[in-house]
Amino acid sequence: MLLKSLTIDRSQFEAGTGWTLKPEGACKGDVCIPLPDAEAQTLDITATAQAMGLPLVAEPDFGLWALGPECIGSRALTSALAPDFSLPDVDGNEFRLSSLRGQKILVYAWAPY
Amino acid sequence: MWQALREELHPKGFELVTVGLDTLGAEGCRAFIEAAAPQHPSVIDRHHILAKLYGVINIPSALWIDEQGMIVRPTESAPAPPVDGARPGLELPDDMPPRFVEMMAEAAKISADPEAYHAALKDWVNKGADSEFALDPEAVIARSRPRDEAVSRGHAHFELAAQLEMDGHHDAAIRHFREAHRLVPDSWTFRRQAWSLEPVGDGPLARFWQGPPPEDPDSWPYEGDWVADIRKSGAENYNEPWTP
Repeated sequence: MLLKSLTIDRSQFEAGTGWTLKPEGACKGDVCIPLPDAEAQTLDITATAQAMGLPLVAEPDFGLWALGPECIGSRALTSALAPDFSLPDVDGNEFRLSSLRGQKILVYAWAPY
Repeated sequence: MWQALREELHPKGFELVTVGLDTLGAEGCRAFIEAAAPQHPSVIDRHHILAKLYGVINIPSALWIDEQGMIVRPTESAPAPPVDGARPGLELPDDMPPRFVEMMAEAAKISADPEAYHAALKDWVNKGADSEFALDPEAVIARSRPRDEAVSRGHAHFELAAQLEMDGHHDAAIRHFREAHRLVPDSWTFRRQAWSLEPVGDGPLARFWQGPPPEDPDSWPYEGDWVADIRKSGAENYNEPWTP
């Protein structure tokens, strides 16, 4: 996820990373990683990234950081539960994958290049 | 092609979601989407979140998700449905530059098996979990892309690069695209997206050049390009072979 600051509201962190903050730490699927400030309203991204093994890349010239995805295990997926996403259509209307729950879905990646 | 398939399968509880991976967003994708006039969700992924979420490294590729939201086939190369007769394609100029002739020659060597893939898809739509092509969770995880710290870091660099490009900071974007390429060498989409942002010439093929401009080849800011990279890895290896 993209960041303009190294402190973040807990709900933004959850929305951006797909991890849920509980008293026991950051949780996703069957995995929970203890965090020192799991119950705080704001998180320190540097400390959180370190605790969770998330890469944090800085672009200081433009005040931007990117927090990369976790690598738990050796694969892109640690669970077969499809992570949800929200992306816009060509007119800017948001579509959420989970709105299709109850249907079989094929997600097809293409590119105009 | 996909539209016809979707119309056939939708009454059976199937939906197609097409995701255009393009940092240029609607501007890049609109012409293609409007030509397709989809009845299904057709969305745009400017930061390539499908790479970090699902391990997409090439296009076209696809994953299957069941009614309970479980992935039953992780991301794999997905050819367009087989069609009888001539395949529609881009309008090619009569005086095609030699580079495009080379690219077409290499592209012709890229292997795919649309009959097998689409037979499997229909089997799953008809039989659901009883289909041999619907994988159990352990197999889904095992077949997903390898990922280590370097790959994760590469995803962060790509996301940053995309945002920098969107914000108009092209040179900074190039720096982070280069890091993404170095850290995620398997990703064709990371490379091709970056290359496509250095259009050569005018017209609809400008973004497909994906290599040094002939009038100033030393200005090319990337280690590889489409022709060089596909020759290095072999066009026959462009898509991983499909296994049931």
